Amino acid sequence: MAKVLMKGNEAIGEAAIRAGCLNYFGYPITPQSEIAEYLSRRMPEVNGMFLQAESEVAASYMIFGASAAGERVFTTSSSPGISLMSEAISYCAAAQCPAVFVNIMRGGPGLGGILPSQGDYFQATKGGGHGDYHLLVMAPNSVQEAVEMVMKAFPLAEKYRNPVIILGDGLIGQMMEPVEFPDHLVSTPSDKSSWATSGMATRKSTQRNLVRSLFLVGNSLEDNNRCLKAKYDQMKKEEIQCADYNIDTDYEALIVSYGTMSRVCRTAIDILKKEGIEVGMIRPQTLFPYPDAIVQKAAWKPSCRVVTSMELSMGQMVEDVERVVQGRRPVTWFGIAGGIVPAPEEIVDEMKRVLHAHQS
Amino acid sequence: MARVFQKPKSMTSAHTHYCPGCTHGIVHRLIAETIDELGIQDRTVGIAPVGCAVLAYHYFDCDFQEAAHGRAPAMATGIKRVRPDLLVFTYQGDGDLASIGMGEIIHAANRGEKFTAIFVNNTVYGMTGGQMAPTTMPNQKTTTSPAGRDVTNCGMPIKIAELISALQTPAYVTRQTVIKPKYIIKAKKAIRKAFEYQMAGTCFSLVEIVSTCPTNWGKTPLESIKWTETDLLPYYQLGDCKTPDA
Repeated sequence: MAKVLMKGNEAIGEAAIRAGCLNYFGYPITPQSEIAEYLSRRMPEVNGMFLQAESEVAASYMIFGASAAGERVFTTSSSPGISLMSEAISYCAAAQCPAVFVNIMRGGPGLGGILPSQGDYFQATKGGGHGDYHLLVMAPNSVQEAVEMVMKAFPLAEKYRNPVIILGDGLIGQMMEPVEFPDHLVSTPSDKSSWATSGMATRKSTQRNLVRSLFLVGNSLEDNNRCLKAKYDQMKKEEIQCADYNIDTDYEALIVSYGTMSRVCRTAIDILKKEGIEVGMIRPQTLFPYPDAIVQKAAWKPSCRVVTSMELSMGQMVEDVERVVQGRRPVTWFGIAGGIVPAPEEIVDEMKRVLHAHQS
Repeated sequence: MARVFQKPKSMTSAHTHYCPGCTHGIVHRLIAETIDELGIQDRTVGIAPVGCAVLAYHYFDCDFQEAAHGRAPAMATGIKRVRPDLLVFTYQGDGDLASIGMGEIIHAANRGEKFTAIFVNNTVYGMTGGQMAPTTMPNQKTTTSPAGRDVTNCGMPIKIAELISALQTPAYVTRQTVIKPKYIIKAKKAIRKAFEYQMAGTCFSLVEIVSTCPTNWGKTPLESIKWTETDLLPYYQLGDCKTPDA
């Protein structure tokens, strides 16, 4: 299929439709409102459903209700809106309802700003809502990758009966790039008749289905939480995705970076290479499950003296980098979180400074 | 011997956890009878609230979802928008619908979402132990208004049926009670009408049912019925607030 030039937000909306999701509930928030605008005119063309909810809270419960009824659904928002949706996300995880959420991150905390940020790493990977749950978190660094991750998200959400979140940022949403929608990522919705409240007649059954998250009796809550944990353990085995750059060299330092920030790092690594300094990069594409073993192996390479987590935040992913490096190498953090995306030269300078501070 | 009375098919055999003198059980039965009479058990999805009726799905024999506090109308919207062929009802109390879920019910009603909201108003938060609700009467003592509801501090109780009726879109809004057989017969008709409107794709409907909570009111079941008649019904007046035909 031919490539088309599309804005990230619009491409994300189109990707969901191409993936076979024809139901969208959402609420406007900068910098992702174009997704709702695009779908408000596109969904009627494909006999799909678009509804603008009265709030992110309501939108996320419409997602929960529709998912629990057995249909493919998705919503999109940006950081403050995802905070409001986090209650329903916790309920979806507890009740094992598949759904796709997209967070086009903006700066925070609070109202923050409307420019790109990666400040919601903790929220996406460590919880967000209450209770013992995880989301499958995917972080694109291009419009094309955002499209592919959205298309993959629906079958993954159904495979695990768990919400999947695409963690983009304002740059991914606002940038225009050439994209294609790969036919091989089109998927058929899974059979949900064993659990969804689709109406007994729909599934020709005399058994009713219940979708719930309250477990009062005996060990039922413990059992449910163990069931969820088993799914997260399976994700760790089967769903880790990761890219790398300049990793086959005897690099002196390793950058770990994801999303928009990783693209700046790639340019910085090219500049450093011309100056005779080799720096490698691991770019997690799934943030949960985190590519523990891959980051660890790259960090422990004998030539590598120091590991730096490069983020558009005040130091969030660095905690996962420290966790997997296990003190075997110094781990540093460099980040900008005011909505500014740094120039490659800033990354170059930081890596030179870090390497100087950690001489062999 | 002919069987002249039995539980509705759409109810399970479970014993309810409701207190003696509570009217939830009657309301449950009226809904289940309606589902039976209309032959819609196999395409009905109910939504349980947070509150005393959080376990309602133990008692209804149809598909059920369990909502977060106040969010049932959003979940019902989600279902109806993607599966308009299903029949959906929410079952909500006054803490749920009139307080934390006020935003969801107002907007669902105003969009004309084609589900049925059953609103059980007993003037208190039941399950959490009888705290003050937006529907608590002036001077009514609760565990968070031990000296009685001070309306200069907390405002007057919210009349949900009238509030929803002020919106132009919703078409069937009524207030009923189930404290005596004559009222139960009327409440049943109202619930059935609400489901029939939904089946016809007519409109959003809300049936408010003034109910009792002897445990948290500190009254016997009979005193509760009496107090409902003397103190609640003059304020929460019974009858249709809005009908599609009007």
